[in-house]
Formats: sequence, C-alpha cells, structure tokens
Amino acid sequence: MNSLEVSRLAYAYPDGTQALYGVDLTIAKGERVALLGPNGAGKTTLVMHLNGILSAGHGTVSVAGTPVRKDTLKEIRQRVGLVFQDPDDQLFMPTVRDDVAFGPANSGVTGEELERRVKNALDRVGMLEALDRPPHHLSFGQRRRVAVATVLVMEPEILVLDEPSSNLDPAARRELAEILRSLDVTVLMVTHDLPYALELCERSLILSDGVIAADGPTRELLADEELLRRNRLELPYGFAIPASGARG
Amino acid sequence: MGAGHHHQLHRPGTSAVHRLPPQCKLLAVLGFAIVVVATPREAFWAFGLYALLLGAVAVAAGVPLTFVLRRMVIEVPFVLFALAIPVIGMGERTEVLGLSLSVPGLWAAWNILAKASLGVIASILLAATTEPRMILLGAQRLRLPPLLVQIAMFMLRYMDVVMDEMRRMRVARESRGFEARNLRHVPVIARSAGALFIRSYERGERVHLAMLSRGYTGSMPITLDLAASRTQWALALALPAVALAVLGVSW
Amino acid sequence: MHVPDGFFNVAVSVSAGVVAAAGVAVCLRGARRELDDRTAPMAGLVAAFIFAVQMLNFPVAAGTSGHLLGGALAAILVGPYTGVLCMAVVLLVQGFFFADGGLTALGVNITLMGIVTVLAGWGIFRLVSGAVKGKGAIVAGSFLAALISVPVSALAFTLLFWIGGTAPIEIGAVAAAMGGVHVLIGIGEGLITAVTVGTVLAVRPDLVYGARGLTSALVLRGADGSTTEVTPDTPAPAKPGGGRPFLVAGVGVTLVLAGIVSFFASADPDGLESVGEDKGFLSQATDHLLGTWALADYGDVGGIPVGVAGVIGVGITLIVAGGIAYAARNRSSVKV
Repeated sequence: MNSLEVSRLAYAYPDGTQALYGVDLTIAKGERVALLGPNGAGKTTLVMHLNGILSAGHGTVSVAGTPVRKDTLKEIRQRVGLVFQDPDDQLFMPTVRDDVAFGPANSGVTGEELERRVKNALDRVGMLEALDRPPHHLSFGQRRRVAVATVLVMEPEILVLDEPSSNLDPAARRELAEILRSLDVTVLMVTHDLPYALELCERSLILSDGVIAADGPTRELLADEELLRRNRLELPYGFAIPASGARG
Repeated sequence: MGAGHHHQLHRPGTSAVHRLPPQCKLLAVLGFAIVVVATPREAFWAFGLYALLLGAVAVAAGVPLTFVLRRMVIEVPFVLFALAIPVIGMGERTEVLGLSLSVPGLWAAWNILAKASLGVIASILLAATTEPRMILLGAQRLRLPPLLVQIAMFMLRYMDVVMDEMRRMRVARESRGFEARNLRHVPVIARSAGALFIRSYERGERVHLAMLSRGYTGSMPITLDLAASRTQWALALALPAVALAVLGVSW
Repeated sequence: MHVPDGFFNVAVSVSAGVVAAAGVAVCLRGARRELDDRTAPMAGLVAAFIFAVQMLNFPVAAGTSGHLLGGALAAILVGPYTGVLCMAVVLLVQGFFFADGGLTALGVNITLMGIVTVLAGWGIFRLVSGAVKGKGAIVAGSFLAALISVPVSALAFTLLFWIGGTAPIEIGAVAAAMGGVHVLIGIGEGLITAVTVGTVLAVRPDLVYGARGLTSALVLRGADGSTTEVTPDTPAPAKPGGGRPFLVAGVGVTLVLAGIVSFFASADPDGLESVGEDKGFLSQATDHLLGTWALADYGDVGGIPVGVAGVIGVGITLIVAGGIAYAARNRSSVKV
C-alpha cells in the first residue's frame, strides 16, 4: 500500500488567491522523496494538507489507504508526522520530556509505556541527555532534533519535514542527515537545499505554479539545467553532482 | 499562563488558604455570596460579622487590606449609582444633612452596597489566593462543561497577547498625538481593533497548528492531582457555614 | 455596567440564572456544529478580545462613557451558539476573577449581555446578510446587528428591573436613562463591530463565521496545459434550527413566570410607597408560616404569604427550565 496518494488537489487561500491547481503525487512505502520548488510555490501549503490542517478545496489525500477527512483526523495525525520549519512553534512545553510526551499522551499513553517511548525517540535523535532540560536552553540544531523526536515518538507512517536543514551549521546538518538515513519510515522532505536532497532522497518532485512540474530520480532532475532554471532552482556555486549516489 | 495584569490580581503565597484546592475555594465563595444575598437588610450586625469573616480569611491568607481596597475600585461606578438611589427614589422621605432622601431608597442603597461589596471582597480574596489556571481546573472538577473550560483556557492564553498588542498600538497612536475624546474618534479605535484581532490570532495560530499535528484534541492532559481531602473541604466550607449560621440567627 | 449582588430580587436572580443555564446548555450542543479544531482557539481569542475591549471605555458625550458589550461581534465571528459561550466565559471570568458583576447576578448578566445581545445581533445580521449577498452586506449587517443589540439589551434590563429590581426608582426614569445612553453606545458598538469584521473579512475571511459560503470557483490545470473549473467541496453550512425555538420559548416562559412570581412577591409595581405599612400588616402571617424569611425583605403582598408564593413560583420555573436544560444537555465530550 502506498504511504501517500494525492489526487487533483486544489486549494485557494482565504483571501482568494489560489495556491494549488491540481496536484497529483504518489509515494510508496519506504521511499525518501524531496519536494523541491521556488519560494511561494505552495510547498508548505501542500504539506499542510497531508495531516488535515488545511482542507482541500478540491481533490483527495490519503495516507496508507485512509482518506484525510474530518472524521479520520485523529488517525491521520498519528500516521503523518509533520516537522515544522520553525522548531520553536513545535516546542511549547516546559521540558523536553513533556514536549516529546505530548503526542502519545494525547492518544492516551501513560506511565511506563510513555516513558519508554519518550526515551526511545530521544535516543534515536541522539538527544537523550536533554530529557529534563527546557527546550529554549538548547541550540538551534538540538531543538530541530528534539522537534523530530516529538514526531517520531508517535511512530508515524510517513515523516514530513519542512526545510529540515535550514539554519543548521555543517556539523548539525550532517548529524541530522545521519539520523534521517537511519530511520525506517517513509520520508517526504520539503527543501530548496539541493545537495541535501541529492544526499538523502533518491526521488524528487518539483512543485511549480501550483502543479507538479517534474517527478523523477533526483540525479536526473538536478542534472537538467534548463528544468532547474525554469523553476528558479540552482545548484550552489562550485557544486558538481558526485559520480556515485547518496553517501552510505 | 504568565505575565500581565493577572499578577495584579493573584498574590502568590504559601498560606493555608493558598494551598486549598481550587474547587473548594470556588464553592466556598459561591456559597458565601448566596448566603449574603439572602440576608435581610435590616440585620446590620450580620453584615458586620460577614465582613469580619472575610477579614479573618484575608489575615489567614496574608492579604493586606490595601491590596483589597485598591481592587475594590472596580465597584466605583456602581457605588455612585447606589448613592444616587435615595436621591431619586420614591416613597416616604426624610431629611438627612439638609437633603431630602427617600426612606425606601436609603434601605435599597444600603442593601445593594452591603451585598455587592461583600461579594466583591470575596471574589478578590479568591483571585488573590488562586492562580487563574487553577481556578479553571477547579471549575473543571466541579463539572463545568469541558468546552467552556477549553474556551476559557484559550482565552487566558490569548489575553496576554491581546493586552500586549493593545498597549503597543495605544502607545503608537498616542505618540502620534491621538487621544479619543468623542464619538468621531471611534473609527480610529475600531480600525486598530481589527488589526489587533488578526495579529493576536496569527501569533497563536502556528503553535496551535503544531499542537494539532500531534493529536491535540482540546483538553490538555491533566498532570496535577487536585483531589481534596475532607479537612480541606471542611476548612474551605467553614466560611459559608459560619455565614449560614449568622444568617439563621438573623432570620 | 455589570449587575452586582443584591440588585435584583431573588425571584428574578434565580429565574435569570435558570434561563442562563438552559441557554448555555443549548448553545453547548449547538456549538459543536460550529466549532472544529481550527476555530476552538478562535473562540478563546474572541472571548479574550471582547474581554479586553470591554475594558475600553469610549467617550459617548461630554463626561459620560460606555463600553462594548460584544455579543453581536462574537456571533458574527464564531457563530451564535459559540458566541453565547464566549460571552458566558467572559462574564464568568469577570465575576470570579475580577469581581466585576455579582456571583449571584451571573444569571442576569449572562442573560442580558450574553444571550439577549447574541440573539438580537445574530437575528438582525441574518436578515441583512440573507437579503443581500457579498462582503458589503456582511459589514453593513454587522453594523446594524451591533447597533440594535445594545438598546435591546438595555430594554431587557429595564424589563427585569421593573419586574424585580430592589431599588425604588420610577420605571419611566430608568427606561429613559437606559435608553438614551445605550442608543449612543450602540452607535459606537456598531462602528467598532463593523470595522473589526470588515478588517478580518478582508485579510482572513476564513475566520468570520458569518461569511461562510463566500468562496469562488477553483481552477485545475492538467498536464497537457488544459484548464477546468470546479466548485470547492466546502461542507454545507450547519443549519442553526433546533436550539433557537427552545431558547426563545425558554426565555419567554421563564420571564413570564418570574414576572408572575415577583408580582406577587414584591410590593406595588411602581415603587415601594407603602412598604412600611404593608410590612406591619403582614408580618404576623409570615412569621407564623416560615419565620422571618428573606423574601419578606423585598416587599409584601396582599393575600398570599410571600414565602409560599415565592417557593411555588420559583419551583415551577425551575421545573420548566430544568426540563429544557435536561433535554438539551451535552451528553458526550467535545470531539475536536
């Protein structure tokens, strides 16, 4: 069963401007896919449909076979783990432990089971020692990792990350990449960090003018200069696509 | 819930009154208010005793008289009205200090002033010894419908945001020489009200979306144990109970 | 101004309390159709906003000032059922936290400032926005709704005061004073409501309940460059039905009963002229029946001993309104 199926998705903002003009995409279980596109293309808007924060004006979204509807929201939000671009929007409890526990606690998990899952999630992102610290005492990269943990703890089917590498220093960027590579979930990554996409995702989609303009292996898309230019994408100065694929 | 004018009402402390569970205090204050209102107005001594009772609570809670008096300012418009009643009231009249005042009016004014003031003081003491969030949790325990509690929780959270934005906008207006003096100025205030609303909403929206994404369903998981022991209930309900005894005698 | 303890007699306070409780119960049920997980915090914000704005005294004329009530604004932004809940929360918080408004007067305050203003405001708004479509109509409707809701509330207050106010003031004087000031306040409220709704409507129309259904067609672009238009799949707006007749009937019935009760329980309707006389005349009877009961304080009656009349009247009221509240009770927890 596919992790994600989006069909003819169209959406207009409350003030009337239309953002999505009929998006179609399918992501199979276990895939790691990058969603590329210029600023303002509607990537974040699209992603907010995946867990029902926004309701489609037209079209359907389904996660592991379950359609996203008002009555399925609870289930969908457990299946789709959305990591926002700004970790501070996501960390709102007094301690790291409370933040990571928030998700499962809402589903009724308590006591030892809750504690076990919290520790497990933090361990997977390498932040176990921050268990009792207030989130705002951590560095940005650490907060980013804790934010990932708050979502991992819910054991989602698909992990959706919005600009995961933004504002990270090179070491933090590498650490996050290692964590993402070690996870066994389907990943959809919204980014305009093309090298990161190449490193982590074997497949990429380009969202432009509210529709999917390209869909294929990341190497091929990034090698097509004309395609990139048309969509306001550029490889960083001096970057050449490595001969072999993703690291490790 | 944090900063802002809430701290003007809440006076942090560790007295026995502070430590009582909120649902006990809520019922105590409510019971007390009902008893006061049911008291016949002729029984001056009863009202004196009620005031003493509240004084005892204030002492136990470590709340100074000035604190209470300053917050009673809320009553002022009403006091002015009450004082006007004997002047404009009807019925048999009498002379007091050269003024012709209505006798039933004097009774009514006394009735209203006494009861309202006692109610206000009781509320002030409640707010002084109980944090707003705790009062809500206490109300929830007393079976106040969860939706009302949820709205109230969001209200408290947004209150600080709204007050903060209001203050900033007022400062901005006044530093450009604007002062609301008559009805003509209302549209200016009105336009800033709309902007205030949207700004406040969007500030809270992103965090709320993050909470929703993790399955938040409307009530924060309650991690505090608010169970009240018998002694605590007895202690809290002592206030309305004693008042009730006074009421009984006054009848 | 919020009514404090002791201002209204027991019969009116209790009856209004029952009306308020029944009204809130009905609205709890109705609100579930208006609220979803995006708009629940909206309700909190509306409550906070109204609370904050109620603190703003705006000048009405030289020397006098008024403050926003907010019922119409609440109804238009989050819907009538949720609007009543917001107002109720504001009034409860003001009463318990800020000592603004007596705890025993909560029934009166919630009824007057919550239920009456929302009913009047939403009713007028629907009339206007139903007759004319578009953003302009919504703003105009907001203005009229707020403008009219204020004097209506003042009128309701005067009515309650006539039935059971404890201050011996001539009813005509009260009506005149309330009416005049509140029409002016209504103008201010109308302006602020209209402009607030207008601003929010321009930037975030999804936040205005009263503007549901103003969406336009969506365009789909195919892979071959073709375009098609579709209408959005917005869910049908919830029909308010059901609760409102309840509410109106409940308010009507209870007010009538409260009136009957208080008529018997209070002194002459136009004042307390012969209070002293009556007191002496009947004190013996009441002493024998119920002791010196509290109701004796509020005046006397010819014929029926005050205490008995009061008990019977209030009892009937409670049973009727209790039945309404029971029927409308919110059984399951809120699904968000």
